[in-house]
Amino acid sequence: MVLVFAESPRGQFKKSAFEAVTYGRKVADALGTSCAALVLGNAANAGQLGQYGAAKVFQVSDASFDTFDSQAYAAAIAEVAGKNGAKVVVLSHSSTGKSVAGRLAVRLNAGLVSGVNSLPSTQGNNLRVKKSVFSGKAIAEYEISSDVKVVSLMGNAVKPENLGSAVTAETVSVGASKGRIRVKSVKTQEGTVPLPEAEIVVSAGRGMKGPENWGIIEDLAASLGATTACSRPVADAHWRPHHEHVGQTGIAIRPNLYFAIGISGAIQHLAGVNNSKVIVVINKDPEAPFFKAADYGVVGDLFEVVPQLNAAIKKFKAG
Amino acid sequence: MKLLVCISQTPDTTAKVSFNADGTEFNAAGVQFIMNPYDEWYALVRACELRETLGGTVVALNVGPAANETTIRKALAIGADEAVRIDCEPKSAGFVAKQIAEYAKNEAFDIVFFGKETIDHNGSEVGAMVAEYLDLPYISYASKLDLNGSVATLERDIEGGVETLEVDLPFVVSAAKGMAEQRIPNMRGIMTARTKPLKEVPAVAFEDNAKAVQFTLPPAKAGVKLIQPDQMDELVRLLHEEAKVI
Repeated sequence: MVLVFAESPRGQFKKSAFEAVTYGRKVADALGTSCAALVLGNAANAGQLGQYGAAKVFQVSDASFDTFDSQAYAAAIAEVAGKNGAKVVVLSHSSTGKSVAGRLAVRLNAGLVSGVNSLPSTQGNNLRVKKSVFSGKAIAEYEISSDVKVVSLMGNAVKPENLGSAVTAETVSVGASKGRIRVKSVKTQEGTVPLPEAEIVVSAGRGMKGPENWGIIEDLAASLGATTACSRPVADAHWRPHHEHVGQTGIAIRPNLYFAIGISGAIQHLAGVNNSKVIVVINKDPEAPFFKAADYGVVGDLFEVVPQLNAAIKKFKAG
Repeated sequence: MKLLVCISQTPDTTAKVSFNADGTEFNAAGVQFIMNPYDEWYALVRACELRETLGGTVVALNVGPAANETTIRKALAIGADEAVRIDCEPKSAGFVAKQIAEYAKNEAFDIVFFGKETIDHNGSEVGAMVAEYLDLPYISYASKLDLNGSVATLERDIEGGVETLEVDLPFVVSAAKGMAEQRIPNMRGIMTARTKPLKEVPAVAFEDNAKAVQFTLPPAKAGVKLIQPDQMDELVRLLHEEAKVI
């Protein structure tokens, strides 16, 4: 069996959970086995995971899982994996997955590869998976040789697909939680797609001259249904919140479309965005290094170009 | 306070990445190696700050060959009191985690620090593994860490926001931007680092069960297609018809 841990932060699945189930189902098909999903704590309509290919959905309806503790989560996932003889466990490469994956690998005596971005190939009993390494400057193929294998899936690496139909979640219980972390508060930007999940990202840098000018960026993002991001100097100057900072010290993302507006393209910034499928750079400096990494470029004054681009997008959307 | 900071050695951020002819090993020729930035800037500096206010010892630990001693001495110059090197060629995250856990299990550290990930394998795996071996709580991507007696308050980066939590000592943490500010070692630090203790410990056996076997470079970009600033309809058309992303 392939067991997929489907995250439901604050009771809601995100796209990454559907991606993980889709991926798990495809791995299961390739191995000639079945795919099950595991949900910890509260989740709106856990059975919907069946649509993405889970033949079974296990749910542990214990309120202690409504806040996150890597120790408690890893123990629960390992217990369900063990009881069901799971050979592969799939997680999302998220803040939760990163905290749990290593623990789970130790518990299950499993080889782990985190941040995989494509389906595995088989090599006898071994699995080979690929991921981006050296901050996007290379691709590595890893071989997992243990009996049980753990992988975490990079966001936006696969698309959620309809591979089945909704099922009725089966309630299961696990041993008492050993969690020792006391979560005091969770603050998230409601109503926007978090950066790691965003398919379109509109990112801006020092070329914006000041935080009061961000209106044109937000307008463009709204027209595109995109999430806003920023470069390091902008976050350091508190023009924008820290969680918008993409790049090496911020977060690494791989959207389908990344707009870099008034960002020169330092290597540390590129390290966080160079896995984007398509990059559009808008910069008045034709020598900006970002143009070398771009698919499309506009050399011009962003304060003129961005509103014109927004108007063109609106015209396109209106159809 | 007894604090352990696990430091990794990685190629410099700006290093040109290449591999040997059959793509099985990183080509280290001409590459400058550095202390993994998150280990240095955030984990090590925060540990030193806590030691400065609360007293105690900061131990810097590296799993690697003797050639890594330059990096280890830098950790001592920044402020670690002593260092340990577990002598080996590290081959996988699982191997490194096992070495750290074997060393740490009898040392009763209050906090074990890691950087959020290394800039070579970008795995973010070792901290969680060590926490599991030691049966300790683990807080990843922490951007803030304060101590009040034996209770720590941390902030942790999550998707699109921040989680605030409390945990009792001891625990394992991985440090992200915000936890501390980078420190440049001063001359006194560099001088004293030469005489601070650096202990060599033999590695324990571990059978690798997941390791990189083949490296490739990503396909080169076709080159940028420039669009005139007054031709935004054309850009939208290209994004829709050619790139198919809107």
